[in-house]
Amino acid sequence: MPGLRDIKRKIVAVKKTQQITRAMNMVAAAKLRSVQARMEGFRVYADKYKELISHLSMVGGVSGDSFPLLQKREEIKKIHLVVLTADRGLCGAFNTNLINKTEKFIAEAKEKGQEVSLTVLGRRGVSYFKRYRADLVKNTYEDIVGKFDYAFVSRMARELVTSFLTGEADEVALLYAHFGSVLRQIPTVEPLLPIVPQGVSEEASKVEYIYEPKATEILREILPKSINIQLYSRLLENEVSEHAARMTAMDNATNNCKEMITQLTLIFNKARQASITKELMDIVGGAEALKG
Amino acid sequence: MAGKILLEVITPDRLVVREEVDMVVATGIEGEFGVLPNHAPLLCLLQIGEGRYKKDGKTEYMAIIGGVVEVFENKMTILADAAELAREIDLKRAMEARERAIKRLRQREKIDVARAEAALRRAMVRLKVAQRAGLIESILPESISE
Repeated sequence: MPGLRDIKRKIVAVKKTQQITRAMNMVAAAKLRSVQARMEGFRVYADKYKELISHLSMVGGVSGDSFPLLQKREEIKKIHLVVLTADRGLCGAFNTNLINKTEKFIAEAKEKGQEVSLTVLGRRGVSYFKRYRADLVKNTYEDIVGKFDYAFVSRMARELVTSFLTGEADEVALLYAHFGSVLRQIPTVEPLLPIVPQGVSEEASKVEYIYEPKATEILREILPKSINIQLYSRLLENEVSEHAARMTAMDNATNNCKEMITQLTLIFNKARQASITKELMDIVGGAEALKG
Repeated sequence: MAGKILLEVITPDRLVVREEVDMVVATGIEGEFGVLPNHAPLLCLLQIGEGRYKKDGKTEYMAIIGGVVEVFENKMTILADAAELAREIDLKRAMEARERAIKRLRQREKIDVARAEAALRRAMVRLKVAQRAGLIESILPESISE
């Protein structure tokens, strides 16, 4: 049986760990709220933009021919995948799930005879893919969570659009962690390019607008921006998911610490009781002997 | 006085303005244009330029960094890539950005000219707006005066 002092030391250590995990849990919760607020703010902008684009594509009679970004390639040989991961660990299976999903995507594409190239965001993903899939990685961005802004996203989107237009990729897709709930983050693949136009509400299309310049010209200008919007909102969502995953993981860790402390305390008390009993027996034994 | 028009300026990061105003002027792709209350429905592309609105006789200036504007049912929505009210403009940053862009353009070699020019335009508009709002007197940079 370990000595009393050893057990005591262990209890103190676990308590300290618990303090850290509890603090991390609270930090993650606070960050989660702030990113969620940012997401809400962005939604106003994104929704309005989507509305405009669907309205314009209605009016302009848009067909794939006049807008390369909408054009579906007949043969898809090369797929470019943008993978979002976190910069840091200690968030449960968050990064592992994203990486596994990516591996699955690569395997499936290979079966269909398609080539995959990757743009990886987040240090965790970057270090993995650089090590195991170095031949596929085209572009990496590290240290971005909580730091990226709209300008960064625009630059990235421009690169993706260029690679699509030059035929470097026939399709561009995005892999991110969809925020189901605080307890559930689902790795999801979503097409980025070519753009899939969304349905239009009937009422909006009846109004007669003045266009300056022509509707198709406006659309040509703002269509690429819908990529920015999609990317930006998914980056935010991925960040929300990350914080949620970390919150849950740290909550579990805190609970495990608590359980461990309870058990260790039990062992400690038993050991203490045993030593007291032993001492008492010694005293009683000694007294008996004196009487004799 | 005729009614007012609701002006909303939205950027990806925040809501810059939401106010009932008397008149709005923005810089469209084909030049400046004004919008009064009860304007006909309009969709227009904006270039990097100045925007201003009048409310109760006072004029507010803002820098609008490109975007698109919609006027519909007495509501004007400006969706800008970035936008700041004159008093929110970071003058120091704008001046530095201008210096940087000018330096780049002078080198002429190995630079993305379009990007440098766009950066210069952004900086110039911010400074011009600040000047129009009376926040700074002169916007002449030191490096041009030579």
